[in-house]
Amino acid sequence: MQQIIKFIIRYKIFLLYILLMIIAFAFTVRSHSYHQSRFFNSSHWISGNIYGTFQGIDTYFDLDDENERLLRENQILRSKLYNQAPIPNITIDTADLKYSIISGQVIKNSYAGSRNYITINRGKRDSIKQDMGVITDLGILGIVENTSRKFATVQSILNTKSNINAKLKNTNHFGSLIWDTENYNTVQLIDIPRLVPLNIGDTIVTGAMSSIFPENIPIGTIKKYDLDTSKSFYRIDVGLFNDMTNIKNVYIINNLDRKEIQELEERTENE
Amino acid sequence: MNRGIFLNIVRFVLLVLVQILVFNRLNFFGYINPMVYIMFLYWYPIKQNRALFIGVCFLLGLSIDLFSDTMAMHTAATTTIAYFRSTVMRFVFGINYEFQSFKLSNTTRVQQFTFLALLILVHHMVFFSLEIFSFSNVMLIVKKVLSFGAASLILCLLFISLFSSNKA
Repeated sequence: MQQIIKFIIRYKIFLLYILLMIIAFAFTVRSHSYHQSRFFNSSHWISGNIYGTFQGIDTYFDLDDENERLLRENQILRSKLYNQAPIPNITIDTADLKYSIISGQVIKNSYAGSRNYITINRGKRDSIKQDMGVITDLGILGIVENTSRKFATVQSILNTKSNINAKLKNTNHFGSLIWDTENYNTVQLIDIPRLVPLNIGDTIVTGAMSSIFPENIPIGTIKKYDLDTSKSFYRIDVGLFNDMTNIKNVYIINNLDRKEIQELEERTENE
Repeated sequence: MNRGIFLNIVRFVLLVLVQILVFNRLNFFGYINPMVYIMFLYWYPIKQNRALFIGVCFLLGLSIDLFSDTMAMHTAATTTIAYFRSTVMRFVFGINYEFQSFKLSNTTRVQQFTFLALLILVHHMVFFSLEIFSFSNVMLIVKKVLSFGAASLILCLLFISLFSSNKA
């Protein structure tokens, strides 16, 4: 017994170090395998509030640019609206809606690491939940991962854990969108079979297989394509429409049918 | 003594704020974000309770992690250099760093430089090994350690010379 106590006293610094390292490793490794850690994320109220305060100051410096961008988006939406054949007596029944949209602002963005997260200033009190899709006017951005009362962190598409269903526009050839960490302007689309005709410049949009994003949200255009090692699938470099370094206003998409879809799928798997 | 504690608390808070609000958004060449908060370990008084020092550094890493969505990678890296700091100091300054009269400002420029460079090197090695987390990407880890290390080193040296001028 005395020996053990002596040992502990003698190596107490080393033991303390080992203990702290085990804690750090546990947090890191656990979130490698699954979701981002519950505790270490910037939707936490301390970090959220500090980022929120400084972002408030930041916003004033690019109000002009953001206004212009919103105006341009409105212009596109209006031209779509006016050129549509008028439908008599439009009544929007809220019970029939498939998606609801919440707007928000980015308060922290990162794109230099290999697992990037974006923090937005909308949280539980704005009914943001895990696994909602986040887009901008130009294209997709990521998926909500953690929420606090006022903030939420978004797993960016520039994240090695990100895996989003995407397809070639106007076809039904779909694959998975991943990121190889090389370049923040480019993501990779894999699992497109080699018999699909491809052209540089073709548009890639989100697919219908996911219950997170609606179909046909723009992602980017084909920059380069190769066959992968199995020689039966393409590996496509997709240049993003979004400038991931410059994001301010975002839309969070809530798929109102998601719960039903998930329940159904779960039941099917169980049987 | 009280002044020392106060100074360290102020330093802690300021370095965390500077790191997360300025240097985490710097993105030199698109991806380099220097880690300047390592200076806290460089400046921290030498003759202090070692357990407390390791604990404080654990908290420092934790607060950086909280803001930058990096799980606990900063924590692991910072705790490691906190633990190995005395070993590094013995290596760089020789046995005389244990004397009462030893002061960092009395050492030569080369020694200070080596001390800081070793701290940054070990920190970045732990950090990027955890970030990339695979041995098949050793070249990527080396590349990142070198590029980030150089940037961190240059900025830390600039900061250190900026804040030590009044003592000279």
